[in-house]
Amino acid sequence: MTTTRTPRAWPRLLFAFAALFTLATAAAQVELRMTWYDDGSEGQVLRDLLDRFEAENPDVRVVIDTVPYASGILQSLPLQLASGEGPDLARVTDLGGLSEYFLDLRPHLSDPDYWEENFGPFLNWMRPAGSDAIPGFMTQLTVTGPFVNRTLFDQAGVEVPAGDTTWEEWAEVTRQVAEATGTPYAMVMDRTGHRLAGPAISYGARVFDENGDVAIDDEGMRRMMQLMVDWHADGTMNPDVWIGSQGTYAAGNEFFVNGQVVLYMSGSWQVGQFDQLIGDAFDWQVVPNPCGPAACTGMPGGAALVGIADTEHPAEVARVMEYLTSEEVLAEFYARTLFIPGHLGLAESGVDYVSDSQAAVDALNVFAAQVGRLDPIAYDLQAYTYNRFVFDAMRDRLTQVFVGELTLDEAIERMQQDVDAAIAEAQQ
Amino acid sequence: MERREGSGGVGALLGRAARAVYALAMTALGVVMEPLQRLLGVRRMPWVFLLPNLLIFGVFVLFPVFLNAYVSLTGGTQLFPQDRPFVGLANYERLFDCRDFGDPNSCAEDRFWRAVRNTGTFVLFQVGGMVLISLVTALVLNRDVRFRGFFRSVYFYPVLLSPVVVALIWKWILQRDGALNALLVGVGLEPVNFLLDGRWAMTWVIAVSVWAHMGFYTLILLAGLQSIPAELYDAAAIDGAGGWRSFRNVTLPLLMPTMMVVLVLALIRAFQTFDEVYVLTGGGPGTATMMIVQYIYQTGFATQVQRFGLAAAASVLLGLVLLVATLVQLRVGRGTEGHLA
Repeated sequence: MTTTRTPRAWPRLLFAFAALFTLATAAAQVELRMTWYDDGSEGQVLRDLLDRFEAENPDVRVVIDTVPYASGILQSLPLQLASGEGPDLARVTDLGGLSEYFLDLRPHLSDPDYWEENFGPFLNWMRPAGSDAIPGFMTQLTVTGPFVNRTLFDQAGVEVPAGDTTWEEWAEVTRQVAEATGTPYAMVMDRTGHRLAGPAISYGARVFDENGDVAIDDEGMRRMMQLMVDWHADGTMNPDVWIGSQGTYAAGNEFFVNGQVVLYMSGSWQVGQFDQLIGDAFDWQVVPNPCGPAACTGMPGGAALVGIADTEHPAEVARVMEYLTSEEVLAEFYARTLFIPGHLGLAESGVDYVSDSQAAVDALNVFAAQVGRLDPIAYDLQAYTYNRFVFDAMRDRLTQVFVGELTLDEAIERMQQDVDAAIAEAQQ
Repeated sequence: MERREGSGGVGALLGRAARAVYALAMTALGVVMEPLQRLLGVRRMPWVFLLPNLLIFGVFVLFPVFLNAYVSLTGGTQLFPQDRPFVGLANYERLFDCRDFGDPNSCAEDRFWRAVRNTGTFVLFQVGGMVLISLVTALVLNRDVRFRGFFRSVYFYPVLLSPVVVALIWKWILQRDGALNALLVGVGLEPVNFLLDGRWAMTWVIAVSVWAHMGFYTLILLAGLQSIPAELYDAAAIDGAGGWRSFRNVTLPLLMPTMMVVLVLALIRAFQTFDEVYVLTGGGPGTATMMIVQYIYQTGFATQVQRFGLAAAASVLLGLVLLVATLVQLRVGRGTEGHLA
C-alpha cells in the first residue's frame, strides 16, 4: 500500500521546515547587548553598520540599548558593571574610572598589532595601570571649544574676534552682542568640570603637584573660577545650566540651538547635531579656544566603545569590534557622524565628511587644528584615572559659590577634600 | 420565556461548575492542611497562614534593613558586602564630624547637614501648611456648598497624579520662560527666576508638595468631620455657641485624634520626600532644596565614587527618625481607638 501526499500538504511541510530552521538558527544565534548613548544621530549610523555585520554574520545579533548620557552612562552603568549585570559592550566616557570592568580583547583579536598601531595612544586611557589590555576603540576623539552664533554678531555689527583672544575679551564682546540683539545671555557652558578645566588651565591652573597628586588650589584655578562666579553674578552666563541643575551633568546645547546665547562652550561632538538641528536657522561657527596668561587650551576627551569583562561571549564581542574597527567601516562611521577620528591611520589620511554644510566642515577643521594647541596638563588630566572626581568636585562646589552657599575659598578647600576623600574611598 | 429558561439553565450549569471547582480546590487544600494541623495543632495554624507574608516581609524588608545596617559599617566602593572592608563607626563619625551643627560649613560632610536642614525646613512648613490647608478645605467641603461632589473630586485629583507628572507640570509653570513668568510679563511685571533662587525654590517645593497631597489628607479629615454627631452641634447652638465656639469646643476636640493621624502620616511622608523635588529642582539651586533622601541617593549611586557606606549610614539615621515617627503614630492610633471606644 502506498501513501500519496496531496498537493496541499507541501506548503505545510515547507512551513514546518522553515519554522524548524528559524528555531534552530535562533537557538544558535548569540545576542549581544550594547549600552549606547547619542550626542546626535550616531546611533542610527551604528545600527546601519551593524545591520550589515549581522547580514554577514547571522550567528550574532547586536541589540543597541540607547540610554540617556547622565542617568544611563554616568550613573546606572557603573552600578551595573559593579554588580556583574552589565551589557556585553558599552559606549563610555569615564575610561580610566571604569577600566577594571573592561574586557581584554587581545586574546580574541586576529591582529592585535593593527589595534596598537592605530589606537595605541588612546588605549592607555582605557587600560588599568600597567596593563597592555586592548579594551576597545574611540568612537570619537573630542576637543572642547566654543561655538558662536555668527548671525547675532552680524546683527549687532560686531566682528567675531580673531587670533588669541582672552576669555575676558570674549565675555565683553558677547555681552555687547547680547545687549545689541536682545539675546537673553552672552555665554553658556556645559555643566561639567571637564569643560571648565581647559579655561582654568589656560589661566594657569596646574591641577597636579610635583608628586603627581591632585592640587586644585592655585592662582590660575582661582582666577578662572572667580571669572565664572562674576559671569553668573552679572548675568553674562546663562544660570539655567549650572545653577539650575544639581549633582549632575547638564548640557547647554538647547540654548544655543534656540538662539538664546551668543557663545556656547562645549565641544566637537556637537557639530553633527548642530548641523542637523540648526540647519539654516542661523549661521554658526567654532572659534579657537580663548586664551589666558598660560595657554589657549581646551580639553581632549572622547568616548570609547569597549567590551565588558563579564560578557559570556568574548569571541563574538571581539568579532563585532574587529568589524567596526576595520578602516572601511570606521571611515564611514566617522564620515557620517562628523566625529573626529580616534584612528591614527584615518586621522592621517583624512575623513571625507558627509555633509552639505560648510559650517560643519569648517567647525571640524577648527577643532582638528585645536588638537595641536592643547596644553600638556590637559592631556595629563584627561589620562588621570580619577579625573571624574576632580571634574565633579569642581562642578558641584563652584555651583555652591554661585548661589552663595560657599565662598570661593571654602569651595576650593572643599573641592580638594572631596577629591582626596573620593580617591581614598576608591583605593580602599 | 424560552430565553429565560435557557439562561437559567446556563447559569445553573455555571454555578454547579464553580461549586465543583471550589470543592475540588478545598479538597486539595485539605489534603495538605489537615495533616499539617494534626502535626502542629490548631493553636499554631495561624503561623502557617502568616508564613508567606512573613517570608516576603523578611526577604524584601527585614533582610535589606539588616544588610543596610551592615553596609553602613563598611567602606570602599565595592558593591558586594563580602568585598567591603569593615570600618566600624567611621561613616557615622564622618557624618557627625561637626564643629557647629548649626553651620553646615563647619561639618566634614556639609551636604548631609544641608540636607538635614532643608528637610527640617520642608517638614516644618509642608506638614504645617498641609494640615492647616487640608483642615480648612475639609471644613468648607463639609458644609452644604453647591457642587460639593465636584469640588471634592477637584481637590483629590492631584493625589492620583504621578509625582513626576506633578513636578514636570510645575516645572513648566515655574521655569524662567515658563507660564507664570509669561503671565507676570503680560501684566507688566519683571520675570522671576523661581527655581534658581534658593528661597523661592524652597517655597515652591513646599507649595507644590502641599498642592499634590492635600487631597488625601482632606479626605481623611472630612471623614473625621462627618463622624461627629450632629446632635452635639445642636446642643451647642441651644447653649448659645456661635460658629467659632462650636468649632473650638466641639469640632476641634473631636477631630483631634484624626488630626494627629494626619499629622504623623504627613510627617513620615515629608521626611521621605524625594521624587517631586528631584524632578522639580534637582535639589538646587546649589543644594537649597536637596532633601535627605536625595543626599542618600546621590552619595550612594549618582556620584562617580559610590560611597555606599556613607549613604547607608545616613539612611540608618533617617530610618531611626522614621521609626520614632511611626511609634508616635502607633501610640496615637491606640489613643484614637481608646477615644472611639
